[in-house]
Amino acid sequence: MTDGRPLIEATGLVKRFGDFTAVDGIDVSVRAGEAFGFLGPNGAGKSSTMRMIGCVSPVTAGRLRILGMDPDRDGPAIRARLGVCPQTDNLDPELTVAENLTTYARFFGIPRKVARARAAELLDFVQLTERAGSKVEPLSGGMKRRLTIARALVNEPDLVLLDEPTTGLDPQARHLVWERLFRLKRQGVTLVLTTHYMDEAEQLCDRLVVMDGGRIVAEGSPRDLIARHSTREVVELRFAGESQEAFVDKLAGIGERVEPLPDRVLLYVHDGDAAVATVHERALAPESVLVRRSSLEDVFLHLTGRTLVD
Amino acid sequence: MTTVTSGAALTPAVAVFEYHLVGYRRTWRGSVFGSFLLPVLTMLGFGVGVGAYVTGGVAGVPYLDYIVPGLVMSTAFQVAAMESSWPVLGNFEWHKIYFAQSAAPLRVGDILGGHLLFVLFRVLLSAGTFLAVAALFGAVRSAWALAVLPVVALFGAAVAAPVFAYSATISTDSYLALLFRFALLPMSLFSGVFFPVDQLPLGLRAVAYVMPLWHGVDLSRAATLGVAPEWSAPGHVAYLALWAAAGWWLARARFRKRLVL
Ligand SMILES: Nc1ncnc2c1ncn2[C@@H]1O[C@H](COP(=O)(O)OP(=O)(O)O)[C@@H](O)[C@H]1O
Ligand SMILES: [Mg+2]
Repeated sequence: MTDGRPLIEATGLVKRFGDFTAVDGIDVSVRAGEAFGFLGPNGAGKSSTMRMIGCVSPVTAGRLRILGMDPDRDGPAIRARLGVCPQTDNLDPELTVAENLTTYARFFGIPRKVARARAAELLDFVQLTERAGSKVEPLSGGMKRRLTIARALVNEPDLVLLDEPTTGLDPQARHLVWERLFRLKRQGVTLVLTTHYMDEAEQLCDRLVVMDGGRIVAEGSPRDLIARHSTREVVELRFAGESQEAFVDKLAGIGERVEPLPDRVLLYVHDGDAAVATVHERALAPESVLVRRSSLEDVFLHLTGRTLVD
Repeated sequence: MTTVTSGAALTPAVAVFEYHLVGYRRTWRGSVFGSFLLPVLTMLGFGVGVGAYVTGGVAGVPYLDYIVPGLVMSTAFQVAAMESSWPVLGNFEWHKIYFAQSAAPLRVGDILGGHLLFVLFRVLLSAGTFLAVAALFGAVRSAWALAVLPVVALFGAAVAAPVFAYSATISTDSYLALLFRFALLPMSLFSGVFFPVDQLPLGLRAVAYVMPLWHGVDLSRAATLGVAPEWSAPGHVAYLALWAAAGWWLARARFRKRLVL
């Protein structure tokens, strides 16, 4: 029924809490099979948007259609086809790992036997089979996160919503989650995720929007956004002394833009090595020099003038 | 389009009930003392111990027989209150279970109804077991005692639903301590469980009439003794149903306010 139509269509979407506006008129459209990201710092309005898409939070204004249906009218029918991994895990610590999946499957009207089979399959998928019979409480953060992701898949959803799937995980646990999400993506599952990690967005998202203060400030593929809002390379210079700001004038003209941060200066350039050579020709002696590829972090900095701090 | 498969007449609220049962399968041992042993010990202590001093019995029956129907209801009362307080607050504040459920194709009424159903199951199980033990002690004098079970279910709803509403409104459990100390404990002392309410001063007697427990106790006592209740039986049933309905309506509004943000 939704063939060819976007799974998510939002126009002028607004969410207010009292007189505070958390989401301030955003337009979003997500097609089947896409991995779509909301990138932005804390408080940008990502979770508020996800909760409206998940049909647990009523839309204040604007139009929202999920799987072609209206969340106001068809909430349960839409939720029956969604998988949701919320920002904070809300597993049942008193049940076992497997029971967390089987009981949740029953909320979707899935027969017990099918629920058990699917729980076994999903535990295998998220590499928790050996923990199937243990309680949830003693699991590590990464394991809980993987279990929450497995729970989101228990109804074989058409659309999976992941709100900060890897926040708070150590690098190893994060890579394991990424790897699983990447597999889902390859299987053609439509993923919508929020993150404030640039590398996560670059790795997983086909397309993303950058959110700030409840608005969308840019949209495109990670590569597009970097091409449009940054340069190919970035040189990071750290100067001795208290003020990095003081060096901005001395660096003027090198590359396209100079961006002073509290602890370093960024030069946005096409060719990093050539820029470093110019810096030395001007007899400037930075304490450290790093040439790197441009990232979404730079895009965000350019668009908002702020860094994304986790 | 995949819709919710109806399966074996599975309504969403029943799936929620089932979820609570799965949890209970892991935790029931911890509830044995409070829900089963304590009422029996109370029966033995008061009925047999105190009863020995209550010569001539109360209301024309031995004291043991007099307090058993009261204890059935106070057991139902304790379990209903306990199960609708900390667990409900915890499902909002600590484990966020209700929020997990609201992301599934459940409605607020299913989440509330399934949990309430589980509480009624717990209430029936405890009060029913106690009644059976009391019958073994010969403290049940009429086959009407079977009618106590539906009364227990109705009474359980009359207590649990408003306590659900209260627990869904507060954000810390110090408010639960208040509820137990200043509303529930006095109610269980002055509602005709241990002695007739007409021995109470008028003010306290009025409180007994307003709160649900005395209505349950009067019905339960009439049934196990095989006598007419002090007040109208349909009146009791209607009054308890009013508590249950008002409680449900309030609880659903509170749940909605807290879950739908
Ligand atoms: N239930 C709520 N009541 C009031 N304000 C809220 C509520 N939920 C979120 N907010 C506010 O809305 C803003 C956006 O929050 P959120 O959507 O959680 O952002 P993000 O997920 O991008 O960090 C924040 O300022 C937050 O404090
Ligand atoms: Mg968030």
